[in-house]
Amino acid sequence: MATFLGINLFGLFGQLLVGLINGSFYALLSLGLAIIFGLLKIINFAQGALYMLGAFFAWMALNYMGINYWAALLFVPLAVGFLGILMERFLLRPIANEDHLYSLLLTFGLALILQGAFTHLYGSSGLSYAIPEQLKGGNRLPFMYLPNYRAWIILASIVVCAGTWYMIEKTKLGAYLRAGTENPQLMQAFGINVPLIVTLTFGFGVGLAGFAGVMAAPVYSVSPDMGSNMLIVVFAIVVIGGMGSIGGAILTGLGMGVVEGLTKYFYPEASTTVIFAVMVIVLLTKPAGLFGKEA
Amino acid sequence: MKPMKKSLLTAAVATAFAVSGAQAAGISDDKVKIGVLADMGGVYSDICGKGCVTAVEMAVEDFGGTVLGKPIEIVSADDQNKADIGSAKVREWVESEGVDAVNGLVASSVTGAVTKVLTDNKKIALISTSASHAFTTKACSPYNAHWTYNVVALANGTVKPMLDAGKKKWFFITADYAFGHALEKVATGVINSNGGEVVGAVRAPLGTTDFSSYVLQAQSSGADVVALANAGADFVNSLKTAAEFGLTETADVAGLLVFTHNAKALDPNIAGGMKLTTGFYWDMDDETRAWSKRFKERHGTIPAMGQAGAYSMTMHYLNAIKEAGTDDADAVMAVMKKNKPNDFFARNAELRADGRMVHDMYQVRIKKADERSNEDDIFAIEQVIPGDVAFGPMMDQCNFTAKK
Amino acid sequence: MKISKSAVALVALGLVAPFVLYPVFVMKVLCFALFACAFNLLLGYVGLLSFGHAAFLGTGGYITGYMMMEAGLTPELGILCGTGAAAALGAVYGKLAVKREGIYFAMVTLALAQLAFFVYLQAPFTGGEDGMQGVPRGHLFGLIDLSDNMNMYYFVFAIFLFGFWVVNRTIHSPFGQILKAIRENEPRAISLGYNVNDYKWAAFVISSALAGLAGSTKTLVFQLASLTDAHWHMSGEVVLMTLLGGMGTIFGPIVGAGAVVTIQNYLSGGELGNYIHIIMGLIFVICVLAFRSGIVGEFQKFMKKNFS
Repeated sequence: MATFLGINLFGLFGQLLVGLINGSFYALLSLGLAIIFGLLKIINFAQGALYMLGAFFAWMALNYMGINYWAALLFVPLAVGFLGILMERFLLRPIANEDHLYSLLLTFGLALILQGAFTHLYGSSGLSYAIPEQLKGGNRLPFMYLPNYRAWIILASIVVCAGTWYMIEKTKLGAYLRAGTENPQLMQAFGINVPLIVTLTFGFGVGLAGFAGVMAAPVYSVSPDMGSNMLIVVFAIVVIGGMGSIGGAILTGLGMGVVEGLTKYFYPEASTTVIFAVMVIVLLTKPAGLFGKEA
Repeated sequence: MKPMKKSLLTAAVATAFAVSGAQAAGISDDKVKIGVLADMGGVYSDICGKGCVTAVEMAVEDFGGTVLGKPIEIVSADDQNKADIGSAKVREWVESEGVDAVNGLVASSVTGAVTKVLTDNKKIALISTSASHAFTTKACSPYNAHWTYNVVALANGTVKPMLDAGKKKWFFITADYAFGHALEKVATGVINSNGGEVVGAVRAPLGTTDFSSYVLQAQSSGADVVALANAGADFVNSLKTAAEFGLTETADVAGLLVFTHNAKALDPNIAGGMKLTTGFYWDMDDETRAWSKRFKERHGTIPAMGQAGAYSMTMHYLNAIKEAGTDDADAVMAVMKKNKPNDFFARNAELRADGRMVHDMYQVRIKKADERSNEDDIFAIEQVIPGDVAFGPMMDQCNFTAKK
Repeated sequence: MKISKSAVALVALGLVAPFVLYPVFVMKVLCFALFACAFNLLLGYVGLLSFGHAAFLGTGGYITGYMMMEAGLTPELGILCGTGAAAALGAVYGKLAVKREGIYFAMVTLALAQLAFFVYLQAPFTGGEDGMQGVPRGHLFGLIDLSDNMNMYYFVFAIFLFGFWVVNRTIHSPFGQILKAIRENEPRAISLGYNVNDYKWAAFVISSALAGLAGSTKTLVFQLASLTDAHWHMSGEVVLMTLLGGMGTIFGPIVGAGAVVTIQNYLSGGELGNYIHIIMGLIFVICVLAFRSGIVGEFQKFMKKNFS
């Protein structure tokens, strides 16, 4: 086996790849958060709960309605996004002009309600969701066995993230979006329905969480607390990337997955903490985050 | 040597009786009150929780609802798996509500804190679902009765047969908290003393979502057996990942603590064939089936081992009060240790002087999909492990009856 | 004038409470009330949302527990050590955090608190997930036996009143006036020549010391220090208490802490145990949507509207 300085290199490659897979989830979730914060200035603490909801919806669709994985991948994000739209319209809009602190607290409360409700309905030991037939099995790489579904996670996540980034940063629609949130009065005067844009953006950001939830269902256990475990990590990633920076969130998500993967190799006990250590260091040296603009 | 020790023991029991009998005959505050403390809504709620409350209720009803002419009451509370919440609740129970014994008890951290409060107040702890062996070793107390199983029985029951079958190189994926550490330590002891070798171990934080990194490390270690020293969702997730990455094809994966509902939640294609140790299985014989059927009618699911244990020890406790003629903890405990528990749960059983309830344990195999006749048909019993083999000898300093 | 009347009522209430209610329950309320008051000093009077205050509560608890168990100190010295350690940690964390504002301040404090949590999870002396169990209550000044609940209660009540007095003294001092000026208009405070960060830092240290005092006292009451106190959920809980009671009001945090602890206590014993998260979440949502000034704030508004 190849070794370097006493480190098993093959093992290390394996860890890097596995880190990248986890990073794909982080990227999807932090992208949703970054869009919602960057464009709407709403700190959505319910993003983790909505990710959990996505996984549960996929499970319910399969078990109650016989809707398979591929259909769920399309419908569940729409359903979660629709819930997000209701949330924005009826809960967040009334407090849109208050301190951002309140949106954080409101969504924190919503997250508690969702988590409590699903614990009550389904217990907390977790449900299992089978890997779709087409993606079973895997390939033996020189340094590890890569299950097909894990490869699919990386691929799907990169496509969705890159597509979203392109849409917001490079298209006309994205330009309206950015302008509409930066200077709502002016855009309103131009005849653009700004409240509608805000609602749809929120729905989209939340839909991404639903999408990540469906992606996660076959590999992680579908359980009510899967979101809260993920949430503060994803928050840290958004802050490290620079709040509101779309590209920053994607790159940092992938990068932090890798950092975490390496930590799991060298010092596993610290794997849940390393991201916060990085966050402290980044915020003290680059206050606006790695990719953020100084306010 | 041996007979002398025994006669000493009997003498001690007799004295204890005489003393306590004289001091406190009768039932304190005219009722016997049993508290049931468990995680009611969190990660461990399915293995004890409301099911333990149901089991205790069933025991009290079967007993007749009264003992020595006084009513038996039950109170229950949610400890949320937090030692501070649990110990505060139990303190309130004994100080202001006249609770005589606390049943349930799941997370070892909570049980540790609660048994201290109970011992200080001379009240009995009936431990149903905790895994740590501390309550009958380094943290032992004359007021602890530890019923269903513990980490020692799990290690002896699961690890030793695999070593005997020639699986010598072991790798641990351990939950990074007290329970996981204890399980790993005890299992390592069994491995080392039976000619095996531990080639590596990783400690995964509690509630880890992604185990793929640890599975890869286990894979590259070249171990014959990868032991999962974790529980609940951690166990399910780590096993699923092991199957996904093909680890189950190159090595044996051994779950050290698996509850029926965990096994039920897993895909039979992944979990089928795995061997593990349990203190109870509902479908063992007519007696267990009869009780489990009643339990399922009330609670909706088949009983977990700790829930069956909760019933068994409540019965034993109430019978002891009846015989002792008092609910005084010292007197009741003496009778509990003198009389051998014997019911659908406790087979060839004895409550040892150290508070450990020693009974038959079972090595079981998770059934494959085609072996299952219904959704509750999960385990096949492979062999019965006699209590003294499973639980091992007692530590001298915990022999309370002899010390007195 | 009104404040002092309410303060007298508070003291009277505190003196008779243990005869009516279970003393340990009231002690728990007092510990959390002190914790919430300390938190409110930052949020309500300086406008800084710390999402990492659990670190100070936990530090106070662990250090006090350690000192009493291993060094055999008397309770008052143990509490002093715990409070001092929390203040020292607060001095370091505060130095790093006050450079940032708004949401960044919240995130820095959260991240720093997570680091502290990691240390407490891994360090052998804390007992990890088991927590530090069996901390003796000891004898106050070597004389008064605190294992008696009534003795313990009045000791805790005295500590609470001291902490409450410190918070009030701080708010009404010239120093407190400057803090308020910073909250209302930071650029103006800077242009007046105040070194804003130093003031924020000082407030942060006072707040963390008092949070540590609350943690130390709580450890003594329950004879246990555990990771619960250092977990980020605890940081969220203190926000809930303050918000529910009314942030930026003197009595709000006390009312909020009392309400939250009572609800938790009630739910954990009853049939509604399963609904604990749902109900807590609903309280958050209702507070934010319908009454942002909290119980005390709304009450004050009501009194002003109708009686003056």
